[in-house]
Amino acid sequence: MKKKVMVLLLTAAMVVSAIGCGSKAADTTAPAAEAPAADAAEAPAADDAAADTAAAGGDNTLTVWCWDPAFNIYAMQEAEKVYQKTNPDFKLNIVETPWEDIQTKLTTAASSGDLSSMPDIMLMQDNAFQKNVISFPDAFTDLTASGIDYSQFGASKVAYSVVDGKNYGVPFDNGAVIACYRTDVLEEAGFTAADFTDITWSDYIAKGKEVLAKTGKPLLSCQAGESDVIMMMLQSAGSSLFDAEGNPSMVDNAVLKEVMQTYAELVQSGVLIEVNDWDQYVGSITNSTVAGTINGCWIMASIQTAADQSGKWAITDMPKLDKASGATNYSNNGGSSWAVTSNCKNTDLAFDFLAKTFAGSVEFYETILPSSGALATYLPAADSTVYAEPQEFFGGEPVFAQITEFAGKIPTNNTGVYYYEARDAVAVAITNVVAGADIDAELKTAEDTVNFAMGK
Amino acid sequence: MSQPKRKLTLNRRHNLIGWAFLTPATLLIVAMSFFPMFKALLLSFKTGIGVKMQWTGITNYVRMFQDGVFVQALKNTFLYLIIQVPIMLILALILASMLNDRNLKFKGLFRTAIFLPCATSLVSYSIIFRSLFAVDGFINAVLTKLGILSTGYNFLAHPTSARIVIILALVWRWTGYNMVFYLSGLQNIEYSVYEAAKIDGASAFQAFRKITVPLLKPTILLTAIMSTNGTLQLFDESMNLTNGGPANATVTMSHYIYNVSFKYVPNFGYAAAMSYLILILVAVLAYFQMKVGDKRD
Repeated sequence: MKKKVMVLLLTAAMVVSAIGCGSKAADTTAPAAEAPAADAAEAPAADDAAADTAAAGGDNTLTVWCWDPAFNIYAMQEAEKVYQKTNPDFKLNIVETPWEDIQTKLTTAASSGDLSSMPDIMLMQDNAFQKNVISFPDAFTDLTASGIDYSQFGASKVAYSVVDGKNYGVPFDNGAVIACYRTDVLEEAGFTAADFTDITWSDYIAKGKEVLAKTGKPLLSCQAGESDVIMMMLQSAGSSLFDAEGNPSMVDNAVLKEVMQTYAELVQSGVLIEVNDWDQYVGSITNSTVAGTINGCWIMASIQTAADQSGKWAITDMPKLDKASGATNYSNNGGSSWAVTSNCKNTDLAFDFLAKTFAGSVEFYETILPSSGALATYLPAADSTVYAEPQEFFGGEPVFAQITEFAGKIPTNNTGVYYYEARDAVAVAITNVVAGADIDAELKTAEDTVNFAMGK
Repeated sequence: MSQPKRKLTLNRRHNLIGWAFLTPATLLIVAMSFFPMFKALLLSFKTGIGVKMQWTGITNYVRMFQDGVFVQALKNTFLYLIIQVPIMLILALILASMLNDRNLKFKGLFRTAIFLPCATSLVSYSIIFRSLFAVDGFINAVLTKLGILSTGYNFLAHPTSARIVIILALVWRWTGYNMVFYLSGLQNIEYSVYEAAKIDGASAFQAFRKITVPLLKPTILLTAIMSTNGTLQLFDESMNLTNGGPANATVTMSHYIYNVSFKYVPNFGYAAAMSYLILILVAVLAYFQMKVGDKRD
C-alpha cells in the first residue's frame, strides 16, 4: 500500500510541476549573473526567472524588443553605446523578436491582464500603433511629458503614435516614399530621371507607356491584393480611408475615387504589373523585370541586393494626383516607432535614454546611417554631413539628404484604428475594379465592410 | 476475519491503481483543453475591443451571418469540402487497392512516395505551391514551352484558378495520409476473398466495388470525418498560398478568425463565436456522416 501511495504522490507531483511549468517563462536563465551585484539583492533570483526576456525592475538595464539585426537591433546597440557615454553603468538587453511575435505577445499579455512578460521598450509598426494603444491602453506609457521634443520630428510621422492628443511613441525609421528608376532603361526610351521628377500620374502613365513600348519593361510592380500603392497615393494628397472623427470615408471620398481610377489605368495600360507575393515583387526589381518602383525608402535595402545594378538607379519623388486639391509628390509607407510599455519600472531611465539618443543625438544617427541605411525621421540629422555624402549605388547622388527632405513634406493623414480592415476592404475593391467592376459600387461595399467591422 | 477485508481492499486497490493512472492525463486534459474551451464559450458571448469586453448575449452568433467576409469564407470552405474531400478519398481508395496487390513490385517504394507529402510542413508546401504557380513559375514555364499558353498565366490572381490550385495542393498533401488508413484497413480483408471473386470471374473493378468498398466502410467513415474536420479548419493554405486573395475568393473561416484576432482590431469575442460555429458544423456534419455511413445498428 505504501508503494501505491508513493506512486500517487509522485504522479500528483508530476501534474503540479507540469502545470506550474506552463506559467513560468520558457527561459529560466537567472539574470542575476548579469546584473550588478547591488541589484541582485533586491531582485531575488528565484522570483525573477522571467526577467531574462521581460522588463527588469529597479536597475540600470532596459529590455528592448525589436526585429532586424541589420537595422533596428543594430540601431539600438549603437544607441546603447551613445548613452553609455553619459551613463557608464547603463545596459540594454536586446531581444530579437519578429514583429508578428511582438504583436502576438502583446495581445496575449494584455488580454490576460498580466503584463509582466513585456519588455521596457518595444518597436511597433506605425500602422498598428493606434490599434494597439486603443485596444490595450494599459500596456503603454504616455510619453507626452517625458521630455522628448516632438517638434524635431516630421509631423506626419509623429501623428502615427498619437492617440487622444497623447504621444505614445518615439519615431524611428523613415517610411518616406521614393520613386526609383533604372536610368539605363529610361535612357533606352529616351528619358532621364529628371523627366520623372515632380510629375503627375497622367504624365507617369503616358511616359510609362512609351517606356513599355520601347523596352518592354513596365515602370512599376506591386503585390496583388495589397493596397500599398493605393495608400501611398491617398496620403500624398493628405487623404485617408477615414475622416477626422475616425469614420470610414470611402464612398464620398473624391481623392480615393481618383486613386482607384489611376490604379486601374496603371494596370490596364501595363505600366504596373501585379505579382503574387513579396519575393516576386523584390524579384521583379532585382531581375530587371521592371524599370522602377515606388515604395517606402526602406525598399533601397532590397534594391541594393542587386550589386550588378550599382550606379544604374536614380531616386526622385513620386508622381502626384492630377485633380486632388491637396496633391503633393510626397507620401509615406511603413516605418516604425518605439513604445515604452507600462511594465517599465524605471520610466525615467527609459525616457532619458530615448530623449538623448533617438530623439536628441545627431551623432547617433550619423553612426547608424552608413552601415544600416536607417534613415532618421529626426529632422536635425538631415543637416549632418554624413547624410549629404553621395551614394555610389544611386548614381552618386546624396540620396539620404534628399529623402530626409521629402520626409519633412509628407502630408499628415489619419490612419485610424481600423486601418488593416479598411486596407483589406480597399484591396478587395481594387481587385474587383481592375477586373471590370464599377468603382462606386465597390467603394460602397468596402465602406460597408469597414462599418460592419467597427460595429456600426 | 482479516481475509474477506483484504479481498475488498484488493478490489479497491485495483480501482485506485486505475484512477492513479487516469488522473494525470485527465487533469491535464481538463486544465489544458476543457477549461480553455469553456472559457472560449463564455468569451463568445462577450464583445469589445481588446481587453474591454462586456456581455452581449448571442449578438456575435447573429453577427457572423451578416458579415459579408465571413459568409464568403464559409462558402469558400464548403466549396473546398464538397469538391476536394470526395476527390481525395476516391483517389486514396484507388491508390490503396492498387498498392495492396500482391503481385506489385516495389510496393514499399510506391507507398513511401505517396505518403511522403504528409511529412512536409504545411507552411513550406504552401509556399512551394505558390512559387510553382507564379507567373514566371515552373508550371507556367512548362505550359509555355509546350505551347499551351503564349504568356504566363497568373493562376493565383483569378478566383477559379486560385481555388483549383488550393484544391490541387490539398489533394497532393493529404491523399497519401488517407491512403495509409485504407491500406491498413485492407490488411484485415482476407486475400482469399479476392481470389474467390477472381475465380468467380469478377473484374478488378467489381472486386473493388463489391468487396473493398463495403468492407472498408468503417475506415472510409473515419477518413471522411477527419477530412471534413480538417477542411473546415483549413488555415495554412489560405494564409500562405493565396493569402485569401484574389478579393477574398479563397479565404477560409480559420484564416478570417486569425485576421479578426491578430491582424485587425482584436475582437476575441467574435473570433471565439466563429470558432464555436466551426465546432458546431464539424459536429453536425460528423453526425450526418455517421448516420449515413454506419449501418451497424
